[in-house]
Amino acid sequence: MQAVRNLGIRAYEGAFNLFERPMLFVQRRLGMHRVAWMFLLPNLVIFGLFTFLPIFLNFWYAATSGDRILLTERPWVGAANFASLLDCENYLNPNTCHRDLFWRAVHNTGWFVVLQVGFMILFSLVTALILNRDIVLRGFFRAVFFYPVLLSPVVVALIWKWILQRNGVLNAGLDAAGMGTVNWLLDANWAFFWIVFVSIWANMGFYVLILLAGLQSIPGDVYEAAEMDGTPRWRQLFRITLPLLMPTMLVVIVLSLIRAVQAFDEIYVLTGGGPGSATTLLIQYIYDVGFATRPRLFGLAAAASILMAGVLFMLTMLQLAATRKRAVNG
Amino acid sequence: MAMAQAQGRSTFGWLVGRRGRNGFDLTDWFAYGFLGLGVFLMLGPVIWLLLSSFKTEAALQEFPPTLMPMATQTVMVEGFDVPLPLFRITEGEHEGRVLAQIRRVGLNAQMVDPADPETRITVNIAHREPVRVVAVATENYTTVFTRFNFLLYFWNSTFITVVATILTVLFNSMAAFALAKYDFRGRTSVFILIIATLMIPPTITLVPMFLVVSQMGLVNSHWGVIWPAIATPTGVFLLRQYMLTIPDDLLDAARMDHASEWRVYWKIVLPLSAPALAVLTIFSVMWRWNEFLWPLIVLNRSEVFTLQLALNSFQGELQTAWSNLLAMTVLTLLPITIVFAFLQRYITQGIAQSGVK
Repeated sequence: MQAVRNLGIRAYEGAFNLFERPMLFVQRRLGMHRVAWMFLLPNLVIFGLFTFLPIFLNFWYAATSGDRILLTERPWVGAANFASLLDCENYLNPNTCHRDLFWRAVHNTGWFVVLQVGFMILFSLVTALILNRDIVLRGFFRAVFFYPVLLSPVVVALIWKWILQRNGVLNAGLDAAGMGTVNWLLDANWAFFWIVFVSIWANMGFYVLILLAGLQSIPGDVYEAAEMDGTPRWRQLFRITLPLLMPTMLVVIVLSLIRAVQAFDEIYVLTGGGPGSATTLLIQYIYDVGFATRPRLFGLAAAASILMAGVLFMLTMLQLAATRKRAVNG
Repeated sequence: MAMAQAQGRSTFGWLVGRRGRNGFDLTDWFAYGFLGLGVFLMLGPVIWLLLSSFKTEAALQEFPPTLMPMATQTVMVEGFDVPLPLFRITEGEHEGRVLAQIRRVGLNAQMVDPADPETRITVNIAHREPVRVVAVATENYTTVFTRFNFLLYFWNSTFITVVATILTVLFNSMAAFALAKYDFRGRTSVFILIIATLMIPPTITLVPMFLVVSQMGLVNSHWGVIWPAIATPTGVFLLRQYMLTIPDDLLDAARMDHASEWRVYWKIVLPLSAPALAVLTIFSVMWRWNEFLWPLIVLNRSEVFTLQLALNSFQGELQTAWSNLLAMTVLTLLPITIVFAFLQRYITQGIAQSGVK
């Protein structure tokens, strides 16, 4: 242990010595007033290359077609990609659309977001309220609910795939109860139910944690005052707890909305978007069109991602408003 | 007391109890019932995975499955080269005896008593049941190492995680230091610009990011996963907020002693920011270890796959045995589980305070 510690200290010192001379040189050249840029540079270069530059290039891709990745080899098509994505007789019926898969993904994502966020917030709130009681082993329960959050999406998907497979333990239980078995992931409706369920399972611990922190920051004397007035407990829930939790709730709701719109990993591994396109969500559509199937339609993928970015942008604005409200309400 | 009774019966009673009560009433039963169900739903699947990963491929095919990894007990009998499976006879003249089966002939089985290898006994196959013992199939795990190149994928994941985390902590803390401790023109704009990137998740710029990475020649290279990931707005924000609490006097005192700015940063600010750096380190390790979509796009050759990609590609292949897949899944969740077991308090506090994941 001591050896590891010494090695760590030596590495820390070594890194310091390695950078000191060049940094001192830069500091002398820049002067104290501009030395901050030296510290900012690495981060800004990476942001520039991998965040800001791609934003502009994304529009360029969306306005060109072909399967070449180099922009100079791509013919300009203007708004054709957007037009093709938005070409639809009836937006409520994906079958009438030119890009029916895109609209199916839009519909799936819409349902997924509503169901996943709705039920996840409900379950998280109930769990947080219960954990906020005088619970023995609260730390243990909190840790248990949080544990799946840390698991990788691939692991989460495989855990559930193993349970849901045809000879899996769930079917064994149903069979023993005399209810017959179901091919869970090959039935469109059940598959959709399970992607919602698994994604709630994997993520709710995070929201329980945040809601619990919000609940515990509500001062106890508010309740004492209510108690003295003889306010019944259930009324305290609706008149004190939930209103005071509202700012945290808002943040949690918007955050989970933003995440749900971008859901991909565990669903892709669990169902692969199937059966058919029953569980194909937007990100998977973008991945499929742009990378997984040939010819790679980069332009269409970019256009679809710009449309999605619009939705995300609005949600983020909502989040900023919610955060500010929380900051104001303290 | 009368009031407590009334609460006990009210519809929402089990949700609204609070600390400082005494006695165990109906609402507590609901609360603990809910939590018990929660523990079953949250941990059950993981424990089921763990138990299943020790089953032999034959046991995994069984329906209904057994809880524990079981296998038919075998025994070496004199005169036979291979171990023979043991059966308990349930009916007929040999009822109650435990015999080893040599072979099946139609509806009959030719059996032998291990204590008396000379005598052959013929038993109807409906009159015997296998002797089952708990058998841990550790070979699931060993084949993962020998046949499936697990160590290669483990190394790939570890390399990406460690290098990206070191660079993340270094670069983000440098930027945070500049934003927290210097007064320069454009500071606010830079800060807003960095925070604004929170609004642009990488999922919406996949195509142009792929162009940048491929133009840098980083497709199928681990650096193609590392570079785009290491400038995180979350990290800069987290560290900046923490560094704001470090008093400027400390820095100025060092400058009086002719310390360079690099020395001020490395020898004073970094050690004092250790708690925030620890939180970012944990986040970064989790992000990189679990990352899936971007590596899926950048890494296409199996020798550069991360663990997550390897798992995904094996589950897609039809001929991959569940026994190996389950063992590999357990090995993949193990590092994160160990980290969580030791740093549980740190992680949950860090997340509750910063509101990021």
